[in-house]
Amino acid sequence: MQSILEFFFIHKEAIFIIALSVFLGIEVISNVPAILHTPLMSGANALSGVVIIGAIIVMGHAQSTGALILGFIGVILGTLNVVGGFAVTDRMLDMFKKKPKKS
Amino acid sequence: MKEVIEHLQTITFTMGDSVLELSYLIAAIFFVFGLKMLSHPESARKGNILAASGMLLAIVTTILFHETNGEPIKNIGLIIIAIAIGTILGWLIAKKVKMTAMPQLVSFFNGMGGAAAALIAIIEFPRMAPELIETQGMLNGQAISILLGLAIGGVSFSGSMVAFGKLAEKIGDPKLKFMRIINLAFLIGLLAFIVIILAQGHTQPREIIWMAYVLLGVSLLYGITFVLPIGGADMPVVISLLNAFTGVTAAMTGFLYHNQAMLIGGILVGSAGMILTLLMCKAMNRSLLNVILGAFGGGGAAAAHHEAGSVREITVSDAAILLSYSQKVVIVPGYGLAVAQAQHICYEMEKMLEEKGVDVRYAIHPVAGRMPGHMNVLLAEADVSYEKLIESDQINDDLPNVDVVVVIGANDVVNPAAMDDPSSPIYGMPVVKVWEAKNVIVMKRGMGKGYAAIENFLFFNPKTRMLFGHAKQSIQKLIEEIKSL
Repeated sequence: MQSILEFFFIHKEAIFIIALSVFLGIEVISNVPAILHTPLMSGANALSGVVIIGAIIVMGHAQSTGALILGFIGVILGTLNVVGGFAVTDRMLDMFKKKPKKS
Repeated sequence: MKEVIEHLQTITFTMGDSVLELSYLIAAIFFVFGLKMLSHPESARKGNILAASGMLLAIVTTILFHETNGEPIKNIGLIIIAIAIGTILGWLIAKKVKMTAMPQLVSFFNGMGGAAAALIAIIEFPRMAPELIETQGMLNGQAISILLGLAIGGVSFSGSMVAFGKLAEKIGDPKLKFMRIINLAFLIGLLAFIVIILAQGHTQPREIIWMAYVLLGVSLLYGITFVLPIGGADMPVVISLLNAFTGVTAAMTGFLYHNQAMLIGGILVGSAGMILTLLMCKAMNRSLLNVILGAFGGGGAAAAHHEAGSVREITVSDAAILLSYSQKVVIVPGYGLAVAQAQHICYEMEKMLEEKGVDVRYAIHPVAGRMPGHMNVLLAEADVSYEKLIESDQINDDLPNVDVVVVIGANDVVNPAAMDDPSSPIYGMPVVKVWEAKNVIVMKRGMGKGYAAIENFLFFNPKTRMLFGHAKQSIQKLIEEIKSL
């Protein structure tokens, strides 16, 4: 019990952020129309590429060649997730935009 | 007050750090607003760009200002090269791929994010802070976030790759009865192994790094066995779930680096992805557990006791006449339409019928295509106007007034078994009640079963006429006929 309380106290900021972000995520997404499920999923997927920041930090502070190489691969994969994800979402949404005028 | 001042004095304040944290705050706000805007049709595109700019800001300021123990980011040249490679590859893939291949592409990109997170965890495992081990042993915040990031990242990567393979139809649906037991064993093993590593006490992480590799191996295997037996029709739900997983691993990495942008971004994706997953399950009227445990695509024998009636065909010219002299026509598009690349020609047929005074609408089932909303994207690509796409719930009441329903390449979403056959695996799923219309024309390549591999008795309904052939060619012929009328 003591160690759990201690753990909570040490990481209280992160735990607060996690708890509130969970509700924020639920709140932001509810009421989304079904037509936007695919672009939204794709956009959220691009957002999960935020892990790239971690890969950059790993590469930037790599102490061994091994870590550098793995970090390098990590940055490439993360960028793929981010750039590919946002680009493909934009391409999908682009199609919704042009609605031909009905006469 | 005095305490506060003393506390402030102990904080080493640097310009770079505060710029970095401020930019993370802005990035996080952009993420939240981006997601919010993405869930409204008018603002969706701007929302996507907003989220992307938040990401760009976070990446640039990390490279410029991030410090660990006073040391700035090194290897900037290599980092930029890696980003350039990823950008060019990601951009090319995103721009070149066909719209029909969208679901597997999202799955592929998602797997990349999961892999990146797992890599970071593997690198950070032996570098855990020694003073933490000394005071708390292996059971500390760093170890927990690394191990969770490693395990979930591994599952997300291999699971996404299997989902990718299944959607690209490179991997089938093996029907193994003992799969559920293997899965459960893997899951328990995975969790138990994390606990075992955490219980190692005051040991050097460097010495037990093999355990991290074993954990990675088990999580990769579990990702495969987790997704492999799940039926193709459920793949959207799985991708959305794996997407949420990747979000959680990103958050774990953020926890590890005390990085607020990653923490908030990751958790946002995690919870939003989870909600989206549940919304998709709801659209199919099934629980998430049922999707994960039940081998949905397998229920071939369930409807076998029905007596298959006879199937009646319709000629192209009869179909053309039927359509031209109708007042209300509803088109029910399915994945078959997308595969045949028939969405453009379908729009042409719609225009032609409208010129003849026919009211044409589209009934869009929430899970038509291979992802919720997939069909809307495909039809939007073909310039079909937004207002013509009606969700199936809304159109069902009006179907008895409709003269002809044209089902193009759809199968499971118009299967009456979902309403009247409790033994069917799709029983309870909301469907488009096309059989309530006055006439039904089903365009299909042959009598094959749908993606969920279930017999469809709509085809034997007395109101139904079949028009066999490749969807694109059939519609082409129909257009010619309608023209000549």
